Amino acid sequence: MLPLTQLLKPIMMHVPDGLLSLPVAILCWAITAALVYVAVRRTKGEIGERQIPLMGVMAAFIFAAQMINFPVAGGTSGHLLGGALAAITLGPWAGMLVMTSVIMVQALLFQDGGLIVMGANILNMGLLTVLIGYGLYRATAGRSLGMRLGVAGVAAWLSVMAGALATALQLWLSGTARLDIVVPTMLGVHALVGIGEALITVAALAFILRTRPDLVQAQTAPARGGQAWIAVGLLLSLAVVLISPLASADPDGFERVAMDIGFLDRSVESPYSILPDYTLPFLGETALSTILAGALGALGVAALVVLITKVIRRSKSTVTSGD
Amino acid sequence: MHVHAFDRYHDAHSLVHRLDPRVKVIVTFLFILSNLLLPDGAWLGFGLSWGLILLGSVASSLGVGYTLKRSLIALPFALAAATVLFSIPGEAIAQVQIGPLLLVITDAGLLRFTSILVRSWLSVQMAVLLVATTQFPDLLHALRHLYVPGVLVSIISFMYRYLFVLADEAMRLLRAREARSAAADGQTSGGSLPWRARVAGNMAGQLFLRSYERSDRIYNAMLARGYNGTLLTINPHSMQNQDWVVLLIILLLLFSFQLIGRIPGL
Repeated sequence: MLPLTQLLKPIMMHVPDGLLSLPVAILCWAITAALVYVAVRRTKGEIGERQIPLMGVMAAFIFAAQMINFPVAGGTSGHLLGGALAAITLGPWAGMLVMTSVIMVQALLFQDGGLIVMGANILNMGLLTVLIGYGLYRATAGRSLGMRLGVAGVAAWLSVMAGALATALQLWLSGTARLDIVVPTMLGVHALVGIGEALITVAALAFILRTRPDLVQAQTAPARGGQAWIAVGLLLSLAVVLISPLASADPDGFERVAMDIGFLDRSVESPYSILPDYTLPFLGETALSTILAGALGALGVAALVVLITKVIRRSKSTVTSGD
Repeated sequence: MHVHAFDRYHDAHSLVHRLDPRVKVIVTFLFILSNLLLPDGAWLGFGLSWGLILLGSVASSLGVGYTLKRSLIALPFALAAATVLFSIPGEAIAQVQIGPLLLVITDAGLLRFTSILVRSWLSVQMAVLLVATTQFPDLLHALRHLYVPGVLVSIISFMYRYLFVLADEAMRLLRAREARSAAADGQTSGGSLPWRARVAGNMAGQLFLRSYERSDRIYNAMLARGYNGTLLTINPHSMQNQDWVVLLIILLLLFSFQLIGRIPGL
C-alpha cells in the first residue's frame, strides 16, 4: 500500500492551508464560486439527471487516472492532472464540475490541499485547466485528426502551466514566497510535468477517438457559444504566455505594476516585496530562469500564433460558406 | 481494494463522533480561519489552538499522536514558504553558503516562516480530526445543509462510491503493464519515452471508456430502482442541545485565542 500514497500525489499544486493569506483565499473563492455556480445552473438546464451519475463516475475516473504514471528518467514519472482531458471529453461545464469534485474530495478525504484555500486549488487545477483545455481544443473543431490531437497536447501543457503560474502568483501575493524564486521554480517544474500531461492526454484522446469517436464529437458538435469558449481559452493562454516571462525576468517591474494597480498593497503584509534590493545575489538562478522562461514563452507564443491564424482562417471560411 | 484503504474515518463512540457533522465542518473552517487571522509570532495563540486539537483528539478517543502523525502530509509543500527566510529585511541571524549563493536568514524572515509553518500544520491537524471522526457520507450531507450546490454534492457522492472501484481498475491496469514489462537487471524495459507515454495514455483511455460505460449501466440500474435525480439519506441530522453548546464553547474559545494572540509582549 505504500506506493498508493505516492501515486495519489501527482503534482505539487495542492496548496495546504496557512500558505495563502485570507484576502487571496477569499478572492479565489469568489471566482471559483461564481464559475461553479454557473456550471451548476448550466448542467441543471441543459443536461438532465442522467448526467449526475456520469459526472460522478467520471470524477472517480479522473482520480483513478491520476494514478496511472509512466517512468520518465531518474526515478521521476509522468502523471495526468486531467483537466484538459475532462474538458475535451465531457465538455466545459461538466468538466469544471468533475474537476471541482476531484479537488474537493482530495482535500476533504485525504487532506491533499487545504479547506480555506480550496477555492484557489479548484481555480488553479480545476477551472483554469478546463477553460484553456476546452477553449483551445474547441478551436480545432472540424480540422484534421492530427491537428486536433496536436492542439490538445499544447492545450494540456498550457493548462498545467496556467495552474502552476496561478499558484505561484497566489503564493507571492500572500507574502509566502518571493516572486523571483517561486515563479521560475513552479514554471520550471511544471514545464516538465506538463509534457507528461500533454503526452498522456494526446494518447488517451487518440485512443478514445479511435474506439468511441461518438463520445468526444458530441462535445464539440454544438455550434452555439463556441466562439466565446475559444476566446476565453485564447485569452487565458495569452495571459499565461505573457505573464510568465514577465514575472520571471523582471520581478521588480512586475511588483511595481502590481503595486501601482493597488493589488499588492492591499492584499499583502509582505514588506519585503516593496524593497527592490534583496540581500542575496541570486545571479546564477536569475540568468537560468530568464533563459528558461524566455524559451517557454517563445514556444508558447509560436504555438498560439499558429493557432490564432488557423482560427481566423476557419471563421473566414465559415463566413463565406454562409454558415 | 477495500474502502478502508482510502478512508480515514476512525470508528469509535465518543462525544466528537456523535456531534452533528455541520458543527464539525463549521468548527474546522473557523479554526483554520482563526489560525490565518492570528498575527505572525502569536505563539500563545497558536499554542492554545494546538491545545484545542489535543483536547479534540482526546475527546474523540483518537489519542494525542493520531493527528500529529497524519499532519506531516502538508510539510513538503510548506517548503515553498522557505524563501521568506531570506527575503524579509531584518537583523541577520545566520548565513548559509550554498555554492555561489550566500543566503542570509533574518529574524523577521524566521518569524514569518515558522508562523506560516505552524499555521499550515495546525490547519491540517484539524482537517485530519474532522475526517477521522465523521463518516464521509455524513460530511457530504453536512455540506448540503451548508448550501453547497446539490448537484455538486450528488456528484461527489457518486465519486466517493466509485472511487474505490475505479482505483481498483487503475491498479489492475498498472499491474497488467508491470506483468508484461519484464526487464533484465539494471536495464529498463519498454521503448522510448513517447512509446511509454503512449502506453500510459492508452491505459487512461481504456479506463475512460470502462468508466463511461460503467456510468451508463449505473444510471440504468438506478433508474430501474426509482432514481429521479436526488439522493436520499436514512440519516437525517438535527442539531441537538449539546451540538449548540459545543459550537458556542468553541466559538468563544477561538475568539479568546484571537484576543490573546494580539496582546503585545506575549
